[in-house]
Amino acid sequence: MDVSRRIVLHFPPHVTGQPVVYRLARDFDLSFNLLKASVSPGEEGLLIMELSGDQENYDKGIQYLIETGVKIQSLSQDVIRDEARCTHCGACINLCPTGAFSLEPETRKVLFDHAKCVVCGLCVKACPPRAMRLYF
Amino acid sequence: MPKTIAEINEKVKRGKAVVVTAEEVIDIAREKGISKAAEEIDVVTTGTFSPMCSSGVFLNVGHSKPRIKLGGGKVYLNDVPAYAGLAAVDVFLGANALPDDDPRNKFYPGEFNYGGGHIIEELAAGKDVRLLATAYGTDCYPRKKLETWINLKDINNAILFNVRNACQNYEVGVNLSDRMIYTYMGVLKPKLGNANYCTAGQISPLLNDPYYRTIGIGTKVFLGGGVGYVAWHGTQHNPNVLRTDKGVPKEPAGTLALIGDLKQMRPEWLVGTSMLGYGCTLTVGIGIPIPILSEEILSYALVTDSEIFAPIIDYSEAYPQMKSEILGEVSYAGLKSGHIEVQGKDVPTASLSSYPKALEIASILKDWIQGGKFLLTELVAPLPGAESGITLKPLRERPIVE
Repeated sequence: MDVSRRIVLHFPPHVTGQPVVYRLARDFDLSFNLLKASVSPGEEGLLIMELSGDQENYDKGIQYLIETGVKIQSLSQDVIRDEARCTHCGACINLCPTGAFSLEPETRKVLFDHAKCVVCGLCVKACPPRAMRLYF
Repeated sequence: MPKTIAEINEKVKRGKAVVVTAEEVIDIAREKGISKAAEEIDVVTTGTFSPMCSSGVFLNVGHSKPRIKLGGGKVYLNDVPAYAGLAAVDVFLGANALPDDDPRNKFYPGEFNYGGGHIIEELAAGKDVRLLATAYGTDCYPRKKLETWINLKDINNAILFNVRNACQNYEVGVNLSDRMIYTYMGVLKPKLGNANYCTAGQISPLLNDPYYRTIGIGTKVFLGGGVGYVAWHGTQHNPNVLRTDKGVPKEPAGTLALIGDLKQMRPEWLVGTSMLGYGCTLTVGIGIPIPILSEEILSYALVTDSEIFAPIIDYSEAYPQMKSEILGEVSYAGLKSGHIEVQGKDVPTASLSSYPKALEIASILKDWIQGGKFLLTELVAPLPGAESGITLKPLRERPIVE
């Protein structure tokens, strides 16, 4: 049985140098369609792709990704903060329904806890400098 | 004690001036006492980084061959209309200007993703901007159409001239209605779902000089990452308001009109900004030095968040209907704690003004002065104080009978 899913992959810095996507194709016979890619060696990376193939191979491929340290979101969308654009005003803080934003007490900088984000998108339109981006 | 600006500038030139930020000075004075601190400290630097709608830029784009008279014609910059009621090639672009085809609030709430403020940021970033103009043609300016790229580095002048910046204190916005509202104070959730404020509090320029003793016409400032000057008191400058014992206004009061050369400025300190359901604006970075000429001037600069109070206003009814009802007063210490109490309800707070960026500006200005490259200015004239009798007048509408 074939499956095809849109997934969001977060690469920790130590994984961005590895040929992860190539191995998905070679070792697990999966095909991929890149929707968004932002991967630079040594930095945290983001890949959004549609991954397709045989169910058994798909599961093995996902298992391989988890073992390499890649974090996977099965959501069809993702909210990412453009760090260069964020002015740390804090307008997002009391809007987020899940409390994904908080202020670092010492610096009053805005922290974004991606794990708490449920991709409602409220912050995306409400962010004054438009630093929050919704990716499909 | 007391010192003069000339004496402080002598120390600045020798790299000997003692400069601290408006945040640092609080602890220093607590430790050393006001007298000793006033003796030692020469300058306190302040900062603010907030959306400031009455901002804009005058551009002189240079004369084309053959010449065109933009004045009286129509001018667009990246599809955003610029004001062309000036001489042949001078135009003005305001931060709130929107493309003609922006849907505004037809699809409510409008997103306002791009407007004049964004173009000012792009110009400062050195990006090309598309100029499209039509004119009526004259004997000396025969051309009727112009389409070209322009770039900040090529045009003759780009003068940022903001007629109202750096408001001295501001309101706290809440929403008593039962639907979400979209305001210049941000998205306000129904039934007191949140409360938004918009000043840097204890490091904000005019809150550190509440009676305008040192900040006035001619004061040299950090503006958008470059150097600017206070040109005048800003529009809606309103010194006659309720104040605390230490002179801090308890509602919006003084404002500044600031001017500076956009060519020196940086996009990180002039950020195109979109307020959902409201419009476009520009977030402006401003830093102002306060020369510590006396113990009294220092005492004002020691203001802390717990000594600054803001009125809480309902933006669903009182604000739009020009009713002067306030729901209470709250200190900035309260606002910055993350929660305030309004009508017995615990309400989470948020700021539209970036404290970390304001502090960064105060620190950059401190470095400029310590490095000897930013000298302080004598006042050309003071800002109008309470004695001026200036008050904020509402519009008295008069029927037009034809």
